[in-house]
Amino acid sequence: MRTILLPFLTFSESASGRVVPPSGFTAQLTVITAAAMAFLAVFALALSMATGRLADRWGTELARGSTVRISAPEDQIEAQVAAALKVLETTPGVAEARLLSKDEETALLEPWFGPSLPLDDLALPALIDVQETSEGFDAEGLRLRLAGEAPGAVLDDHSRWRRPLVRAAERIRLLGVISLVLITGVTAGMITLAANAALAANAQVIRTLRLVGATDRFVARAFVNRFTFRGFSGALIGTFFGMVAIALLPNADEAGSFLTGLGFAGPEWLWPMLIPVLAALVAYVATRIAAAQTLRRLM
Amino acid sequence: MIEFHDAGYGYGGRELLTEMSLTLAPGSFHFLTGPSGAGKTTFLKLCYRELQATAGRVTIFGEDTREMGRDEVANLRRKIGVVHQDCQFLDHLNLTENVALPLSVAGRERDDQDLSDLLNWVGLSEQAKALPPELSGGERQRAALARAVIMSPDVILADEPTGNVDWDMSLRLLQLLIELNRMGKTVVIATHDLHLIRQAKSHVQARVLRISNRRIQQSGADL
Repeated sequence: MRTILLPFLTFSESASGRVVPPSGFTAQLTVITAAAMAFLAVFALALSMATGRLADRWGTELARGSTVRISAPEDQIEAQVAAALKVLETTPGVAEARLLSKDEETALLEPWFGPSLPLDDLALPALIDVQETSEGFDAEGLRLRLAGEAPGAVLDDHSRWRRPLVRAAERIRLLGVISLVLITGVTAGMITLAANAALAANAQVIRTLRLVGATDRFVARAFVNRFTFRGFSGALIGTFFGMVAIALLPNADEAGSFLTGLGFAGPEWLWPMLIPVLAALVAYVATRIAAAQTLRRLM
Repeated sequence: MIEFHDAGYGYGGRELLTEMSLTLAPGSFHFLTGPSGAGKTTFLKLCYRELQATAGRVTIFGEDTREMGRDEVANLRRKIGVVHQDCQFLDHLNLTENVALPLSVAGRERDDQDLSDLLNWVGLSEQAKALPPELSGGERQRAALARAVIMSPDVILADEPTGNVDWDMSLRLLQLLIELNRMGKTVVIATHDLHLIRQAKSHVQARVLRISNRRIQQSGADL
């Protein structure tokens, strides 16, 4: 017997499955709900992974980078840059200190002011990019030394703004994970309700099966197989459309280099493929529990 | 085969059947009679463990029904064919699939020839593909009988099998049950139709169990 779940989705049932009447609209509703949940799960997963990448990037790449900004009158800036570089070269924990060129400064400002920025007309501070060793440097000590040798120099070790951002990114990642857990729970609840409704609607069928010698395992299998397939197929459809939607989002380069695009990178695209498997597993367990509870009430 | 040892059954504080002690011996033929509501269906349900005795004990094939697990009950029911008063068909399956249902649930292959012979025996070859709602009362009863015997059970219990059919059909069903008894099956027919019981007299050695005042009274002698 073939059961039609959606116009393009059918499956053949085993002997145990055929004894339960086809449920039509309820079946389609289960598939559609599982699809919607899977679609949301793809986005929650993408959000979780994107913020994870963001937190990692801010947490590792920027952790070892600092900037010394020197603002001084035009006739003093060169001397202060040289003094600051000298201080940095002799500071333990500084691996490299390099003055950014005008082109590099332009590139940094481009996202905000556009590509045709007339740098020569602006009194921009000089920027020194500082890379730390793995041990790091004493930021307070370096600030004091810079204040003595180059009064216009300000050390920005990014910690002021990096830490809350990393914390925020990690929180968003946690929210993504919580969303996935909630979606899993809602899917389990929804399938349990649907399975209970199907079991209740087929109480007479179950009674007849028991009377002709069906074991609980046989009866449960009919419902478990059906709902597992519905959960799996719905989640497969939802995951497919979710992945297509994610793939069609503008990529990070187009949106701006500061933003990490919401989506998957490289092997991360394999993760959403686990969603249908998880949905099938959830459906299997939820229906088994519902069937066991219902059958226990029957003699 | 089926033994009642001072067994009784009550529900909601009310005693429906009490102090039943009897044996349904292998190959025997019994009529179970009594007025409507006397407890005939309850007695049959105790025989295939749809109900469990609340007093005394019932043993089926030597096993105490109180100690049976759910899987054991399922296996027990494969050895007892029951013709229910309301037939209990699955309306989305055709007649052949309904008759073969005990084979399906037991995971046994169905032999189409055997199935065809069985439908022929109960006179339903023409209706093999019909759905249960398309069948008449008599056809449903014969189909229920076919389903009851398809596993070749040792015991056949029939609950008012002639309740919804005319006299000719009643005699035909009775004849089928007598044939089964001649094959060595234990047959119990619950009925309040005394004409049917008298009609059986000339064909089979039957004993009558009468339920009266919550107790089983064995008529003892043959009809």
